[in-house]
Amino acid sequence: MTLAEKIIARAAGRDAVRPGEIVTARVDLAMIHDSGGPRRVEPILKRLGVGLWDRDRVVLISDHYVPGDDPDGAAILSLTRDWARRHGVTFHDGQGICHVVLPERGHVAPGMFITGGDSHSPTGGAFGAYMFGIGATEMAGVLATGEIWVRVPETIALDWQGRLPRGVLAKDMILAMCGRLGMDGGRYQAIEYTGPAVRALGMQERMTLSNMAAELGAQAGLIAPYAVTAAYVRAAGGDPGDWARWQGDAGAAVAERHVFDAATLAPQVAAPHSPANVGDVGDQAGQALDVVYIGACTGAKYADLSAAAEILRGNRLAKGIRLMVAPASRRDQDRAAADGIMSVFEDAGATILPNACGICAGYGGARLGADIRCLSTTARNFKGRMGDASSRVWLSSPYTAAASAIEGRIADPRPHLEGR
Amino acid sequence: MERISGRIWKLGNDVDTDALAPGRFMHRPMAELAANCLIDLSPDFAANARPGDLIVAGRNFGMGSSREQAAQALKERGLQGVVAESFAGIFYRNAINLGLPVFVGRATDLPDGAEATLDADAAVLRHAGGTRALEPLPDFLLALIRDGGLVPHLEKRLAKEGR
Repeated sequence: MTLAEKIIARAAGRDAVRPGEIVTARVDLAMIHDSGGPRRVEPILKRLGVGLWDRDRVVLISDHYVPGDDPDGAAILSLTRDWARRHGVTFHDGQGICHVVLPERGHVAPGMFITGGDSHSPTGGAFGAYMFGIGATEMAGVLATGEIWVRVPETIALDWQGRLPRGVLAKDMILAMCGRLGMDGGRYQAIEYTGPAVRALGMQERMTLSNMAAELGAQAGLIAPYAVTAAYVRAAGGDPGDWARWQGDAGAAVAERHVFDAATLAPQVAAPHSPANVGDVGDQAGQALDVVYIGACTGAKYADLSAAAEILRGNRLAKGIRLMVAPASRRDQDRAAADGIMSVFEDAGATILPNACGICAGYGGARLGADIRCLSTTARNFKGRMGDASSRVWLSSPYTAAASAIEGRIADPRPHLEGR
Repeated sequence: MERISGRIWKLGNDVDTDALAPGRFMHRPMAELAANCLIDLSPDFAANARPGDLIVAGRNFGMGSSREQAAQALKERGLQGVVAESFAGIFYRNAINLGLPVFVGRATDLPDGAEATLDADAAVLRHAGGTRALEPLPDFLLALIRDGGLVPHLEKRLAKEGR
């Protein structure tokens, strides 16, 4: 069996499963946030007349309406906090974006079967967990019963050979995969990222790959656990358990295998209005910009902030450029501050925004205005998602975003790294 | 299920959840969100779609976010359902959980504005020129839609279990 099949079989209480079978699985953990969580599930639980199936297996994280600086958002946060108290669930309030906070607090471990009330839930796959996003009604069903049906997915192997050159990051890998496979290439099956270039990535870089399995249209985006995975989980206060067993069998059948060469990959940029509308940075170089946004679970983790600061250090923003930085979690921001990274952004003239989803999800007051041209480290550049329908968003790595903020137009980060 | 008829709204590939449920209306009441469904992609739909109408689209309908308001907005507008060449997985599950009929099938060659009826039981789209076969749903998903979605379905199940 593949890794995905092994986890689903275990969660379904079966010795083995085959792709295409529909099984009912027991959920190890359910993650919800303030937008799709309490305000949406509580009326359903009330109507059903039931409570939570297991409050110790529910984690609530506020991130969409943080900091609650408008009346509607503040009311949603207040409802969220009240619900957390009444149900006694683990609640991380204002600590950052759910996909980053969940593993950072040790909730995710290899082999787990997890539902998340958000489409970027495949991020948990970076830890060798089968984690996928569902809507609020389906989440209410999970909270009531602890169960969910799933069609056992085929596994699509995305295999990265070779080694990434300097200046190229996991974000460039996943954008290249979006370009090659398209936004439905994942066919709602399970992706497994493999190969030496994947194994060489740190945990937060792996999270970037798994996170954007959503943009490939996959249900999950797994990376088999290695020693580095177990070390991360332990350091976060979690229990990696018998992590080494969560590997696909050597001869397991995969539906598709796509091979990529890391060594020849250039920095990638996706043009409006699709993450699959992607090419080498050279294709878009020189495109004038108004805003550079370093934010979101995809693009503002510690590793992303660190990469951007590597290029920004000692530089100022180009005239007319507004740089907004929304660190993905408070912990990552604190660590970045301790390492002098936050002061690099401040010295360069950046605006620091709350540890929240913010404009990546089209929320909050910093949304892009009419005709604004923005380069963003986030996952999605759909028309109107980050603001006005006339705004345009390009997607890139944090390296490319930083270089572009200095030049005032889309720029290749590699010359900026020479001698650094 | 009762048969209703309405006009086809034809849309392309990759209709995303931000278009169906724009972020800037996500904190607003459902009626307001639904009134702005597809406002950026098809202002005509947002202004003029009526109960009984249906959407016919290309590949990967509902890609993007897990926000089920994307499906709920269509249900709120009273649409018969969506026929698309393929659906994004989370949207597909959300639609069924909310009792919105969604069927995989090819119908984008039918003219925009044509009258049509989605027959969920028979898995066909009836139109003036004939019928179009759609991929049948597995029985348990059809049962979910017949019950009106996951919540009424669970109500039945919990009652049966005596909870």
